[in-house]
Amino acid sequence: MSLESLIILIYVLVLASYLGFELITKVPPTLHTPLMSGSNAISGITIVGALIATSELGYSTLSKWLGMMALILATINVVGGYAVTDRMLKMFKKK
Amino acid sequence: MTIAIQLAYLLASILFIMGIKLLGKTKDARKGNMLSAIGMLVAIVATLITLDILSFVEIFSCMLIGGAIGLYYAKKVEMTQIPEMVALFNGFGGLASLGVALSDHFLKTAVLAVEIDPVNSISIIASVLIGGVTFTGSMVAWLKLNGKVSGQPITFKGQHVLNLALLISFLVISVFTFLYQSDPMYITILVVVALLVGILIVVPIGGADMPVVISLLNSYSGMAACATGFILNNNVLIVAGSLVGASGLILTQIMCKAMNRSLTNVLLGGFGQTVASGAQDGPSIVIKEIGVEETAMLFDSVSSVIVVPGYGMAVAQAQHVIRELMEQCEKRGIDFKFAIHPVAGRMPGHMNVLLAEANISYDKLIEMEAINDEFPNTDLVLIVGANDVVNPAARTNPQSPIYGMPILNADKAKTVIVSKRSMGKGYAGVENELFGYPNCLMLFGDAKQTITKVVSEMKEM
Repeated sequence: MSLESLIILIYVLVLASYLGFELITKVPPTLHTPLMSGSNAISGITIVGALIATSELGYSTLSKWLGMMALILATINVVGGYAVTDRMLKMFKKK
Repeated sequence: MTIAIQLAYLLASILFIMGIKLLGKTKDARKGNMLSAIGMLVAIVATLITLDILSFVEIFSCMLIGGAIGLYYAKKVEMTQIPEMVALFNGFGGLASLGVALSDHFLKTAVLAVEIDPVNSISIIASVLIGGVTFTGSMVAWLKLNGKVSGQPITFKGQHVLNLALLISFLVISVFTFLYQSDPMYITILVVVALLVGILIVVPIGGADMPVVISLLNSYSGMAACATGFILNNNVLIVAGSLVGASGLILTQIMCKAMNRSLTNVLLGGFGQTVASGAQDGPSIVIKEIGVEETAMLFDSVSSVIVVPGYGMAVAQAQHVIRELMEQCEKRGIDFKFAIHPVAGRMPGHMNVLLAEANISYDKLIEMEAINDEFPNTDLVLIVGANDVVNPAARTNPQSPIYGMPILNADKAKTVIVSKRSMGKGYAGVENELFGYPNCLMLFGDAKQTITKVVSEMKEM
């Protein structure tokens, strides 16, 4: 990886973290559990890496199998995380 | 083509950010979650387009298996079990990141036999460490939360020495992995050490400290995704990962503040011991009991009620019957509110979800800072399954392990009723001096059963 592309990645990291801090301090305590399970689902973004790892052809390599394991786990994380967050948020009602 | 893919990743990142922004408003939160799910879909589709179509069979099989398991679990899980579910999924996320990092490492060293450049190599090591710690740490937290392992802090002699030794060996082996990439031995040891560190970090932490641990592990899972982003040179992973990393850190900080602990104290691990050592017996206190009928009469006669729920309410599944109690009180024109301590329950905001499930409007749930001044003007406080968060020793007794922790000033109300299974100690193992106060009455028995009886008494009045 070239130094320039590393710098760009670090830029993205710093700015996104800062934005994350700004956004999440504003979330009221009532919503902390859905926020956590929702952000848990977002951390399943590693699914993108798992997809790439699984796309290797042939079943003979360790890296392929590791990719498939990662893909199953990341999908559980993503699908389960979003589904349960939605289920919770459906219950928050004001009367 | 690549430009289109990159733009799709940018769109996904924007959707994640907007999603989290909307998650901050109760009425838009569901939409926010949906937006972030769409972002995820965009990222997945964009990635699929770049991949070899011949691999789609196994890709879709894996996603089908994972999706089915995730969906099944999400539908079936009880709201009381949300903390363990979050812990479990966190662990899966961590292990997935670890898997991706290892896969990339073996692809380059064993299959392609190319040199891994330094940045990549460091990212792989970071991803292995954070992913591994997240995985085993979350698994231990999960076992503790569902009761398969004791919620008590597990400590042993030389714990800190062992942790330090592991940390040093991790650094040393990292250097070897970095220098001798093609030898699979070093990265294997690295994985083992990371997994061990994860176990050792969480094992000494007690059940009541779980909100901090879950928040921290949540943050770690985001950082692991972030490290994976550096391996794959992929911005969307870095954006999403750092959003989650930041979110987890903030929640950790909020939880620490609510328990009067410093973040460094938590990050170094091994907290919770001070609590275990503080289980000394104070002077024995004289308590007053109250029966179901008297409780019902008391509720009938007051004009303002605040309920303080704690984890015990979740265990007893008493939230639904408390809604009935609320309806009875509101029929009588009694002002009825809930006071929510930030660390009530086993994860941040746990009580709010449980009460929402019981169909209680969220504007009745008041945060600690907002409600603490109202207690002196309140006729009756009902404490259900909470203990440490209402223990006045946190204000008055410098010897108490929970001294300095911000608490709900429930003791300042005219009358306090404590619904409690028996005369046990709280999760911090501390005697609660509130129970001996002259304005405090104990309502013994299972919270669900006793409050059900109170409600039926009130219905007959």
